[in-house]
Amino acid sequence: MGQYQTRFGSMADYAKGGVAIINDDPKNYVFSNVFEVAEKSAPWERVAVAKNFEYVIEAARAEGTSPWYACAHDEFVLVMDGQVEVHLLKPATPLVDAGQQGAVELADMPDGAKMGRLVLERGHQGLLPAGSAYRLHADNVSCVLIQTIAGPVTVQKWADICQS
Amino acid sequence: MAILESATAAAAAKPLSDNVVTHAEVGPIDNATGYRTFTAGDFHFRRDEYFARITWPAGGSHVAPIDAFLRALMRDVAWGFFYGTVNFDDVVGTVNHYGEVTLFAGTYNDAYRDAGRDFSQRFPSEVLGPLFKEMITDWTNAGYDPFAAPMETGVPWGAKNGSNLEAVNRVRVAARRMVGLPGDTPVRTDDNGFPVNRMFADVDQRQPLVEAEPGFEGEVSAYNLFGYLSRSDVTWNPSVCSVVGESLFCPTSEEFSLPVDHGNDRCEWFITLSDEIVWDIRDKVTGRPRAKLVAKAGDVSCMPADIRHKGYADKRAMLLVWENASNRIPEMIAAGEAPNVSVTW
Repeated sequence: MGQYQTRFGSMADYAKGGVAIINDDPKNYVFSNVFEVAEKSAPWERVAVAKNFEYVIEAARAEGTSPWYACAHDEFVLVMDGQVEVHLLKPATPLVDAGQQGAVELADMPDGAKMGRLVLERGHQGLLPAGSAYRLHADNVSCVLIQTIAGPVTVQKWADICQS
Repeated sequence: MAILESATAAAAAKPLSDNVVTHAEVGPIDNATGYRTFTAGDFHFRRDEYFARITWPAGGSHVAPIDAFLRALMRDVAWGFFYGTVNFDDVVGTVNHYGEVTLFAGTYNDAYRDAGRDFSQRFPSEVLGPLFKEMITDWTNAGYDPFAAPMETGVPWGAKNGSNLEAVNRVRVAARRMVGLPGDTPVRTDDNGFPVNRMFADVDQRQPLVEAEPGFEGEVSAYNLFGYLSRSDVTWNPSVCSVVGESLFCPTSEEFSLPVDHGNDRCEWFITLSDEIVWDIRDKVTGRPRAKLVAKAGDVSCMPADIRHKGYADKRAMLLVWENASNRIPEMIAAGEAPNVSVTW
């Protein structure tokens, strides 16, 4: 290691910054912290921390095993803290309409072919491919970000998570 | 930066506006300094040993330290004029109309505008872009890299002394789906010329475990994004790493200060992935301060569509810049059909 120490955050150890207003409304900056959001959320609650028209970035507390999800478009998962395992499955028949936006929670594991497995640690980004079904698992409490489109499982609770 | 390729390609099909200026000229070599002069419409650019000097009609003139000017010019060239306004400083900059671009002096400065001393001209992007590229090529000396952090490059001062074509001609990085997928942008390694930066020597370089069943090798994929960013050889240069429709993850590494004051024409989101970045936020039109923002690892913030921002990072930091690349957004915001802030509660 050199003389510099890179400071990543974690749910157990993060320091939050903030907005200092000169002449504005702090709500305009929609300021939150992904570790704080995950810390205060239920396991696998997919909370939007950023939104731009239909697109969102969701933060989730990864703990135990998630439901199975399906999505018509690509999504990407980025591990911010801990370790997360991703199981991918190619459904025997399409589970969501081609135009469906965002992930859909499934009642159970669907029929289909096993695609493979990812084991992601902090800083690793993985593809959740369009048309697949997936389930995440974390032995220990972890934190993930998901690049996706707002959909049925996206939780929007801006007043609870943002500086105002 | 290829972020804008789709928007620019769509705009290129549109006819030019009536008021565009198409005159651009590379001038002769100055006998004293060895640098060329450049003309864009009624703007004239000259550099000497320490400064860029810009003039425009009715006696308008501006002097900018050459290090700051080259760092800003390099981003404007590489980003294809980026989204919205690129203020080189408080006086000079460009506004991207996606196919056309306005070059301005004082337009986004209260004092200049109130005194009637502002001036601007609109050019086809294909006219101003190549001229700016010629300028950064000619004005960058051997050993100086305008994309690098100041402590990691030589100095820009002095008379003409060679060139640094490798630095100013860097290939733009834009993943089509995700870094590391077959046929997409490759991961960075020592072997392909991307050693770990001195300030990220402690970043874990291990790659994720990827187990793909036969037939799914092209879709079961992951890579170490933090390792990828730790190997960036440039600063303040967002590069596309993953794509969902128009949603672009454009992470970047940041050290020293953002060389431009970026004026947004749409909401832009920041997630600080490591360390700390301080942002000065001012009104896009007037330049008056509106807020200061301290962003630490894990912090999320929105830059509204009516501000300009400039960032500062002492320790090199990782920043996830998130863009919605839709070319409809600036028009919708300008027409009042979309808000300046994409979330309200």
